[in-house]
Amino acid sequence: MNTKDQVKVPFVRIVKRDDISIRKSFLIYFVAIIASLVLCGIILFVLTGSSPGNVYMTIVRGAFGSQRKIWVTVRETTLLLGVALALTPAYKMKFWNIGGEGQILVGGIATAAVMIYCGNIMPTWLLFVSMIAASSLAGLIWGIIPAIFKAKWKTNETLFTLMLNYIAIQLTSFFTIFWESVKGSGSIGIINSKTKAGWLSTSFMSGIIGNYNFVLNVMIIFILSILMFIYLKYTKHGFELSVVGESENTAEYVGINVKKVIIRTMALSGALCGFIGFLIVSGSSHTISISTAANRGFTAIIVAWLAKFNPIFMFLISLLLIFMQQGASQIASDYNLNESANDVITGIILFFTLASGFFTNFRLIFGHSRKEE
Amino acid sequence: MEKTYAVEFKNISKYFGSVVANSKINMTQDRGEIRALLGENGSGKTTLMNMLSGIYFPDEGEIFVDGKPASIKSPSDAFNYGIGMIHQHFKLVDIFSAAENIILGNDNGKILHMKSVIKKLDSIVQRYGFDIDLKKKTYDMSVSEKQTVEIIKALYRGSNILILDEPTAVLTPQETEKLFQVLRKMKEDNKSIIIITHKFHEVFAISDKVSVLRKGKYIDTVNTKDMDEMKLTEMMVGKKIELNINRPLPKNIRKRMELLNVSAKDKYGVTVLDDVSFDINSGEILGIAGIAGSGQKELLEAITGLQAIDENGVINYISDMGNAIRINGKTTMEIKQLGVSLAFVPEDRLGMGLVGNMGMADNMMLRSYQNGRTIFTDRKAPLMLAEKVKNDLEVVTPGISSEVRKLSGGNVQKVLVGREIADNPNVLLTAYAVRGLDINTSYLIYNLLTEQKQCGSAVVYVGEDLDVLIALCDRILVLCGGSISGILDAKNTTKEEVGLLMTKKRKEQKIS
Repeated sequence: MNTKDQVKVPFVRIVKRDDISIRKSFLIYFVAIIASLVLCGIILFVLTGSSPGNVYMTIVRGAFGSQRKIWVTVRETTLLLGVALALTPAYKMKFWNIGGEGQILVGGIATAAVMIYCGNIMPTWLLFVSMIAASSLAGLIWGIIPAIFKAKWKTNETLFTLMLNYIAIQLTSFFTIFWESVKGSGSIGIINSKTKAGWLSTSFMSGIIGNYNFVLNVMIIFILSILMFIYLKYTKHGFELSVVGESENTAEYVGINVKKVIIRTMALSGALCGFIGFLIVSGSSHTISISTAANRGFTAIIVAWLAKFNPIFMFLISLLLIFMQQGASQIASDYNLNESANDVITGIILFFTLASGFFTNFRLIFGHSRKEE
Repeated sequence: MEKTYAVEFKNISKYFGSVVANSKINMTQDRGEIRALLGENGSGKTTLMNMLSGIYFPDEGEIFVDGKPASIKSPSDAFNYGIGMIHQHFKLVDIFSAAENIILGNDNGKILHMKSVIKKLDSIVQRYGFDIDLKKKTYDMSVSEKQTVEIIKALYRGSNILILDEPTAVLTPQETEKLFQVLRKMKEDNKSIIIITHKFHEVFAISDKVSVLRKGKYIDTVNTKDMDEMKLTEMMVGKKIELNINRPLPKNIRKRMELLNVSAKDKYGVTVLDDVSFDINSGEILGIAGIAGSGQKELLEAITGLQAIDENGVINYISDMGNAIRINGKTTMEIKQLGVSLAFVPEDRLGMGLVGNMGMADNMMLRSYQNGRTIFTDRKAPLMLAEKVKNDLEVVTPGISSEVRKLSGGNVQKVLVGREIADNPNVLLTAYAVRGLDINTSYLIYNLLTEQKQCGSAVVYVGEDLDVLIALCDRILVLCGGSISGILDAKNTTKEEVGLLMTKKRKEQKIS
């Protein structure tokens, strides 16, 4: 008897994967990235009318076309990676810190303040120690406020950290007026443009690294990556925060002081974000404005999660994003598109990489599946 | 003409990834029959029933209802075929009354005629002899009443095939008997009933036939009256098993802990422990019986420092030298630092005792990560312990680094118990240590607890199966509504006596 055709079978079913080999998940990511590049190419081709080959060449030129461009690409990659590293302990603890933006900004404000008030009176080494301390402390404070509230009163950290971003932006606006170089200009301009006091790239390190000023950024972030990896994987603190992230009940059961861990971890995360603020202000922009953080606090969240907190993956994803963004701005200027092309490209890449995350966890089955007679 | 069955499974298979949950199952059921579905955990009983009730869709094979092929893609499809399932976890809205919960989601017609609904419900209640107040709010109901609501809901929607997934796990013996009476009436009404259970005496009390599954495969269906416990166990496990719990006489009994006037409130200010006083002795197993939620969890958590107790209560640990160390008001870490060796196997294994996303080694480290003076964790000792637990307790796992949430329930419990007894604790607290475990693992756990008792540990066993409590423990403390309703000598008590004490307070309240 054959009644099979009477029984309707769902067209597609989503089934969770058991386990996926590293090679296979790599392959899925690789396909996703290629697909996103192809789609970017097609869209840019439609927009500009230029051949895809030209478009891709322009992208590469935009990212690596000159020494200056290489410097920008490396700097932006390291900064994005740095923020991702800073956010990692918080996210590993499942503390949804979307306040990275604000923590970077207050770190930047603190750096700028030290540069402005102490730049010409302190010896260089003291100036840098003060800038690093002030920026980290500012970020730390911005980070532990929501942590304390969460630990003590179980407030929702998502809203709290988000709101603190706006306060940080308002503070920045205030200080840009407060410190404005020319009355009424509404901007600070380049800080210490004559003396270059507190400029990371041209101060005490310049003798060692010469013109290759990105080496310093690379070194700092590289060391930070290694330290973060060790902290998370091999220290008692790292173990505690991952237990808290997995299950607060289990953490309490084994006697971990959950409140303390939440506050401590956010102090670290916030301080590192503040430190990145220092790197931005002292290392590249030499000024402060509301666009200093440049959305890195948000983009870095995706970088950290996509990489599953693995520093090497974080680096690759940061590089890919920055590479495409730099390429897109080049295309925008070459073909007279506006800056939004940048956002479109970033959006496409993120969409594909996020989708690949879905496919590494699930597979689709069409109709009656395997072992069908 | 072929005989038509109420339900017929033909070559049903279901896969989860590489796991074969059901493999080519052929099974039939008549109308007016009560069928017990028996099998160890992971044998695929619930998966099979979930396919009948529309939660999963079979990967292969077909289901026939009343002789016609049925395509059951969702629970609402299942209702249309007259199939209703009572799950272990009830799906009721707390602030709704019984009647409101029953009609919830029933979208026949635009206007709700509550009066005619109540009338129809009343006739169902009368017909099958349910004991329920339809206007009672869910939050006021006992577990047994909630279950009744679920059953009436299925009947109201016209179910002719009723599936009950371990319905008696949460009931007292008295409530179970009431449920069985209802089921017998339904059977007279020509309904098909499938009941998933672990308890043999219930199989014999209620079912006409028994179907046995083992490791996803269908073994056989037999007439209940031709079977006995040994035969059924053999069918389930595939080999003969001794079903005796060894209870050596306690030796060197010594007071290890004392609780005096312990009361506690939950976070909403509701009293969960009410003036509880008793001793825990080393060298014996103290059983704790009670309906789910009678304060068992809070009692164990109070002892381990996780639940705050009222000021005038005292929890003392008696050291080997005979000194009383007061441990209430201290955190878990502080209690540990006082040198109190306390182990705790909590009810929620993956949510509290272990971290599901970590491997065995990291889970061993949960107890020892603080050891050593450096800021770094010692990863070697937990690795060795994980290896030892894996070998000693025969934990089936792809490797000690693979995540424990992927292990079966029995293996998860072996990991947890193995870790907790690793340091030879002086006090071992266990909550529902064998819940959801197969027969083999359950007996392994009983033996481990008895071993600990013989080593001089003070063992506390919070359990739900009264037969096991009576066979395993030396004394049984019965909790009812947060207070002690009796402490019994396990050798000289009966299930009925324990069952009565479990509901004592509720009855008293009804009278007054």
